[in-house]
Amino acid sequence: MSWSKVEIAQRAAKEIEPGSIVNLGIGLPTLVADHLPADSGVWLQSENGILGMGPFPYEGDEDPQIINAGKQTVTIVPGGACFDSATSFAMIRGGHVDLSILGTMQVAANGDIANWSIPGGRTMGIGGAMDLAAGSKRILVLTSHQTKKGKAKLVHRCNFPLTARGVVSRIITELGVFDPKGEGFSIVELAEGVSEEEAREKTGAPIV
Amino acid sequence: MTKVYQSVEDAISEIRDGARIMVGGFGLCGNAEALIAAVAESGVKDLTLISNNAGNLGKGLAAWLRADIVRKIFCTYVGNNEDLHKKMADGSVDVTILPQGTFVERMRAAGAGIPAFFTPTGVGTVVADGKEIREFDGREYVMERALHADFALIRARKVDPAGNIRFYRTARNFSPIMAMAAKMAIVETDELVGLGEIDPDDVHLPGAFIQRVVHVPEHEDTIEYRTVRTRSEVQS
Repeated sequence: MSWSKVEIAQRAAKEIEPGSIVNLGIGLPTLVADHLPADSGVWLQSENGILGMGPFPYEGDEDPQIINAGKQTVTIVPGGACFDSATSFAMIRGGHVDLSILGTMQVAANGDIANWSIPGGRTMGIGGAMDLAAGSKRILVLTSHQTKKGKAKLVHRCNFPLTARGVVSRIITELGVFDPKGEGFSIVELAEGVSEEEAREKTGAPIV
Repeated sequence: MTKVYQSVEDAISEIRDGARIMVGGFGLCGNAEALIAAVAESGVKDLTLISNNAGNLGKGLAAWLRADIVRKIFCTYVGNNEDLHKKMADGSVDVTILPQGTFVERMRAAGAGIPAFFTPTGVGTVVADGKEIREFDGREYVMERALHADFALIRARKVDPAGNIRFYRTARNFSPIMAMAAKMAIVETDELVGLGEIDPDDVHLPGAFIQRVVHVPEHEDTIEYRTVRTRSEVQS
């Protein structure tokens, strides 16, 4: 048994320090918002200009001018603030965001991350990914352990175009929690029922 | 002299073929809808467009792509913008994709009189190809140049005849920075108020950065991805 997407998000929520400022990337990382303890005092940052992003609005309360960076309708919590994009990226690049949780296409044992373009594939764009990766104090990656075609996403070195070099500190997948250690990945924790052998087999770099 | 123009057509009257135009908005959020439509209908062409997404879902700036009036784009994200994917694939538009923070800081620099700056973003990636890399205090940074434009088309919630602006929520995004970076900033405002009706301390962008104002009370404000929670979900 490996972790579900919800279990990955729940495990990721445990990585968040109370009172910290956190940016959640598009996709799997967005789910983490649902698993923050009510009293955690965490401020969610959205790079299009919100500090203090709240949950999705109640049906009928959607405001087209209150969206997250994935262009989904959201809310703003009491104490939240809105600002322009230059201020938002000053917050990000200037090291005022404690943690960014990002999805990825590849993540390497040396901490490199490649999450914006697949060679020969459709280019989605860079968006805020490179600034978040370069500027946040800590980078946590949430991803499926392999691609849909069964290729390893945790690799020795990325061969997709990089987003940033050497920035990833931890990775959570359906198989468990892994840290990049240079030439390989260390196992921090395995999901219940997942063997070290399975993790080794599905990882594109040595388990060290 | 008032900055207020009576029609969107008059407000964009200076835009010529080959102009470099910044357009505010995060996707379709905070778009100067009437100004965007007026440019598409004006017959100008060979434009350089500087905008985060260049439209989506066939709306907003997608109208410029469909009208084939754009030759070059600076943006940060393509996503599901099929009109842009099509133009990129057939090579009819030259697209440069930038990191979002670099994109906005290049415009901020232009508006602030700074020709270039060093950023950690993009070091070791294709974004840094051909650019100067310099080390400060043991870390590498890439040099990025200011990004200027002839025009900025932006949307505001409230503007006075001096061009003082208040924005609303996440509709603000790139707009104030683009207004600073362009030679002529044209703002489309939901509400036109009298001088003094915006408290000096509440002005988000001072009128010095705005050249033309046009009052457009009605907007479509398309939601790209409607996400909601149901009340029962919360109670449980």
